[in-house]
Amino acid sequence: METRVEAIWVYLSQTPLLWLTMTLLVYQGAYWLYRRTNMMPIFNPVLLAVIALVGILTLTETSYTTYFEGAQFVHFLLGPATVALAVPLYLYVGKLKEMAWAIGIGLVVGSVVAIVSAVLIGRFLGISDVILLSLAPKSVTTPIAMGISEKIGGLPSLTAVLVIMTGILGAVVGRGFLQWIGIRDRSVLGFAIGLASHGIGTARAFQVDDEAGAFSGLAMGLNAVVTALLVPLIIGWLV
Amino acid sequence: MIRAMTILLVYQLVGEALVMAADLPVPGPVMGMMFLFVTLLVRGSLPEDVQTTAQGMLRHLSLLFVPAGVGVIVHATVVADAWIWVVLTLVLSALLTLAVTGWTMQLVKGR
Repeated sequence: METRVEAIWVYLSQTPLLWLTMTLLVYQGAYWLYRRTNMMPIFNPVLLAVIALVGILTLTETSYTTYFEGAQFVHFLLGPATVALAVPLYLYVGKLKEMAWAIGIGLVVGSVVAIVSAVLIGRFLGISDVILLSLAPKSVTTPIAMGISEKIGGLPSLTAVLVIMTGILGAVVGRGFLQWIGIRDRSVLGFAIGLASHGIGTARAFQVDDEAGAFSGLAMGLNAVVTALLVPLIIGWLV
Repeated sequence: MIRAMTILLVYQLVGEALVMAADLPVPGPVMGMMFLFVTLLVRGSLPEDVQTTAQGMLRHLSLLFVPAGVGVIVHATVVADAWIWVVLTLVLSALLTLAVTGWTMQLVKGR
């Protein structure tokens, strides 16, 4: 019996089906918990699902490569989902025109603060240069951030970790913090979250409110462009 | 739904191709998003199936970040020694970015 179970496990653990299904099951569980707690930010479904899956992979001694063979089907949908961000944006085009100046100025100021604050605070805390360089593009979506990091001499794989940590952080604290400092407008709220914490922040913004989500997605797209242009220009002054 | 999915993938494909061809510092999907937005503006209306599919995907955008998030385990050891300072930096920088962006926009909008 024991060997039979083992044989089935050995077979299944190498197929994409197991880890794809596991990703969806764990996410369902995490999302259920998130709903049950009235969408309490600390029960963020990305955070919970990642922790649970890391635990499962460690316990079953499964490599990330094996896991990703299944999970890649979910990962792939990030592309079309990013394109889909055009839809909520279109639905709020009136508000978008009304806010054009606030968006333009907020974008440039926010982008500079995201880069400069990370590098200067990190340097003050004694973090090494290579981590500082990997830290600079942390507020933008992963593929862009990794590209920037490589260009300026950081470690792209480390940047990926920092980007995801930043995203989860923005998703968890973003809304509560912004409301606490007196930001009420949903589009401003969403834009600030998307600028600081890209797609993971945007995912959280959509769960809160469609308008916040629309502006968060916009900020993510715009900040990717601005950061890619700014980081190589200003990094020489900082590190 | 299949038609809507096809539309989204076509826009992504065009976005990726253009980014490659022109060597732009933007991800292909972001370019695709800009294109789709412009198309919708020019067209002046939003097909129902595209709206349903897009909103359905975006409601569960969180799920799509899980595989990349799990990837953190592979590289987490790089920051091992300095992790507390790195986390502190990320927290402070995120709060500062949120606050300055929010206040700046509020200020400009209020004029």
